[in-house]
Amino acid sequence: MEFGPHLLLATLEGLVQASVLTLTALGLSLVFGVMRVVNVAHGEFYMLGAVLAWFVTSMIGGSAAIGFMAALIIAPLLVGLLAALADWLVLRRIDYDPERTIVATIGLLYIIQQVTLMTYGPDAHPVAPPFNTRLALPWFEFTDGGLSMYWPWGLSTTSYKLFVIAAAIVTLLALWMLMAKSKLGLILRATQLDGETAQAFGIPVEKVYALVFGMGAALAALGAVLVVPIQQAHYLMGDDPLLLSFIVVIIGGLGSLRGTVVAAILIGMSDGIISVFFTPTLAKILATLLVAMVLVYRPNGLFGAKPA
Amino acid sequence: MLELRDINAGYGRVQVLRDLSLSVQAGEILCLLGRNGAGKTTLMKTIMGLVPATSGQVTLEGADITQLPAYQVPKRGIGYIPQGRRLFGEMTVSENLQIGLMTRGKGAATLDHVLDMFPLLRDRLDQPAETLSGGEQQMLATARALCLEPKVLLLDEPTEGLQPSMIALIRDAVVALKKKNVAIILVEQRVDAVLAVADTIVFVKNGQNARTVTPQELRADKDLLHQYVGV
Repeated sequence: MEFGPHLLLATLEGLVQASVLTLTALGLSLVFGVMRVVNVAHGEFYMLGAVLAWFVTSMIGGSAAIGFMAALIIAPLLVGLLAALADWLVLRRIDYDPERTIVATIGLLYIIQQVTLMTYGPDAHPVAPPFNTRLALPWFEFTDGGLSMYWPWGLSTTSYKLFVIAAAIVTLLALWMLMAKSKLGLILRATQLDGETAQAFGIPVEKVYALVFGMGAALAALGAVLVVPIQQAHYLMGDDPLLLSFIVVIIGGLGSLRGTVVAAILIGMSDGIISVFFTPTLAKILATLLVAMVLVYRPNGLFGAKPA
Repeated sequence: MLELRDINAGYGRVQVLRDLSLSVQAGEILCLLGRNGAGKTTLMKTIMGLVPATSGQVTLEGADITQLPAYQVPKRGIGYIPQGRRLFGEMTVSENLQIGLMTRGKGAATLDHVLDMFPLLRDRLDQPAETLSGGEQQMLATARALCLEPKVLLLDEPTEGLQPSMIALIRDAVVALKKKNVAIILVEQRVDAVLAVADTIVFVKNGQNARTVTPQELRADKDLLHQYVGV
């Protein structure tokens, strides 16, 4: 394949990765932004989303589309409830102390991972995509007769991959609407800006925290449900998204949703493109280097607010 | 209206308030005076449930509110204007007021009434709170608390760092609220401001109610200031 079509293919793959990463990293960023705690178990909530998607689709059976749509709703909901419960039973009792929260969520990470290993098992399982039409893509070339279009061999994507990108955009817009326009968003932002004063104006901060922790986990689970028809569900699949989410959140600026989206697209795209042209290892090396540079030159991230 | 009986409170092992008692009636302005670190702000936070009382009782119209979760206290009708204003800085003026209205489910009528008291805010509704001047921010903090239609209002150093015209405006607002039968607890450093509005003055020392006097008594005995405030 020539360079142009090859780049388009790599960009599309990168966009799919960036979409999933955006959702996962947004979950981490939301939790950090509002609660000021780092959730080390975030990748396990992602993994649980994928594994639950497999359980739901295999239990429902029938057409792949119905099973998948059910998984798309049920898996993030269950993961969100589990996370909210963990918040209420564990994090609330240690008073959201930053250091103790890290230790507690490390414990949570191993519990979720090992329980999944004992129930779901060590094998990877695929989930059938709801639809998966191959879409050939055109490319342009200059010939004697001017610009003409042709279909290079191998240049294609699938309808499902485009759906993943669209689903991520829709979720992003919905989250933005929720934060900027709704009463709940107002409550979340007030809690983020000043939890104590929020309480003095009737906002039940502990309940808000449980909700936010649940929402953050549900976003990770949603990303995982979307990715599982492309990549299989496995009990160790949470490690990479956790690392990448942290990279994204650090580059974007802790707690800045806008920065998170920009950084997720940057990292996801470059990861996809570099992996296609060179190696996935080089992509990770460059991402880590970028984190180091950001930490040295812009410690608050590209869009992070300066601490008051 | 609001009564504190033998309150003990503090942060962790550091006890700040010791057997502190006081009470404020509807339509009364009670001023707290005392040195820095005497426990005035802690007292406000204890009333709001933000600092838990280890013993003693806070009652509002006879109902015990000591053990209520902090977010329930304002719903009973206590408006709080914290020290340093503590606005939601990145949010607009209108959003800050919305938070206040939501506390007790008040609506457009209340908002209208509050904005009539501070007409300047009407022109700034879509502006982020952090871009307001100091005086405007204090107006907003006051307006936000008034959006609760409070029975009791707690003001923690509302005139700190303000120019005289703003101080007068805040004082007028406090006096107007007193006329509407709101019970007011005011922490204030400036003694002249206190003497002008207070019905009762409580000197706080080492977390205790060291002395309760009237403005007349304070005018007659300036030694009190030297003894409890150090001016």
